[in-house]
Amino acid sequence: MNLDTLLPHLGEWLRGTGPESDVVVSTRIRLARNLADLPFATRATAAHKAEVVSRAKDAVAKADAGHTLEYLDIPALPALDRQFLVERQLISRELAGGLEGPRGVAFDPTETASVMVNEEDHLRLQVLRSGFALDEAWRDIDRLDDALEARLSYAFHTQFGYLTACPTNVGTGMRASVMLHLPALGLTKQIDKVFRALQKINLAVRGLHGEGSRAFGDLYQISNHVTLGKSETKILNEIREVIVTILQYERQARNALLKERRQAEHDRVARAIGTLGSATMITAEETMELLSAVRLGIHLHLLDGVPVTAVNQLFIHTQAAHLQKIAGHALDGEERNAARAKYLKTKLRELGTHRQ
Amino acid sequence: MKCQICDNPATVHLTEIVNKKKRALHLCERCARERNLIADPPGPQLDLKALLNLLMNPFPHAGPSGGPADNVVTQAATDACEVCGLTLAEFKAEGRLGCPHDYDTLRPTLEPLLERIHRATAHSGKEPRAVRVREWRRQMQAAAAAEDYEEAARLRDLIRRSSSGQ
Ligand SMILES: [Zn+2]
Ligand SMILES: [Zn+2]
Repeated sequence: MNLDTLLPHLGEWLRGTGPESDVVVSTRIRLARNLADLPFATRATAAHKAEVVSRAKDAVAKADAGHTLEYLDIPALPALDRQFLVERQLISRELAGGLEGPRGVAFDPTETASVMVNEEDHLRLQVLRSGFALDEAWRDIDRLDDALEARLSYAFHTQFGYLTACPTNVGTGMRASVMLHLPALGLTKQIDKVFRALQKINLAVRGLHGEGSRAFGDLYQISNHVTLGKSETKILNEIREVIVTILQYERQARNALLKERRQAEHDRVARAIGTLGSATMITAEETMELLSAVRLGIHLHLLDGVPVTAVNQLFIHTQAAHLQKIAGHALDGEERNAARAKYLKTKLRELGTHRQ
Repeated sequence: MKCQICDNPATVHLTEIVNKKKRALHLCERCARERNLIADPPGPQLDLKALLNLLMNPFPHAGPSGGPADNVVTQAATDACEVCGLTLAEFKAEGRLGCPHDYDTLRPTLEPLLERIHRATAHSGKEPRAVRVREWRRQMQAAAAAEDYEEAARLRDLIRRSSSGQ
């Protein structure tokens, strides 16, 4: 597969539609699975890992799960292509760079399903959906899991459930994450309150890329922490309940913004689109901050002519590896800032943005 | 009940099982937090190394080497997994298991650890098809033995449908 063919497209999960898509960007579920008769990653030799790859490739090729998955060998990929797959959320940073030995990823062309091979666990299945779609994502990944299990012998323990390399994932092996765009809770300084409440009930919150607690672009991932002792459905229902509450908070905060400082908010959105469309040098961080304002502006009807899909596309396409693939060659930091500004300018002009 | 480290009231209770002997651990919140047994805000991440360390040596003030805690460490550390060779000490250092069999080898250490991480020690949820079918077979035989043929037939169909891959 030539990754350049993916470039002009946008994963299905970023199309900006789906339930509650004014706040919920995407839903992701992943399952950690290991083969019963091979050592986990820390104790696996290159030969063991090659065996995992060979069995996984075979299972993925023959699995009938509603997806055609194509396998890519990660060590054979140039660094830029690996980074590109990270930016598309198809693989983890670890699979791209930190790990050694035979490993890879299988994914379908619409980018809704992927299977990482030889990450921390032998297999990490993942399903991505646009909007708030826990049930659909679970149905999808459950089916993929069944299809793979028909050809692979999973490590399963009658007491501990699906066995994983790290005890934090054992049991269901399931991590469900919902990505939320929470600009209004950020602007009205209520976000910390939400975080404290989430931690109390044992849900994890992270920024889009997982580093630190500060989230660029007001994008947050909320996921379950407990994987043992509760069924998948119960875990998903608990997350759903919490997300529904946060949704209400965010919408209340948005309404309050409109009511109490419409003028100021309009100005902020207009300046954001102005800067994005006229800068000649711009960092990834500033881009995300400004796109966050634009995304909010769209949902508050303060801005005309920019579809949410376009904003999602700009979020992804202005990241480092994407810019370099668009340019067709490597770019250093300064060059990327210039390329990013140029790309934004062109795209926004194409959209013919104008303010109300 | 008093904290076993500092005499404050104990509010955190842990159980460890070493060589089939159960031992309770009672700590105040501060002592438990200092040893990272309670997740500190802002993250739910548990310090696996610190927890294992405490489980292997729960009484830091229990006196010089030769005390009961040290015996536990020596004995447990030599118990390597017969499949992958992982020892308790290595698990303590890496926080990762070596092979599926370790869940049995290290069960006495893992159970209290899982209790702290997940507040549970047993899975309830999806099972691989092979496991489900095995359980249905057992239930079908029990139903047939009890002359509940309707239930036995239902289970038989379930097994058939499952093995035809639907
Ligand atoms: Zn104490
Ligand atoms: Zn082992």
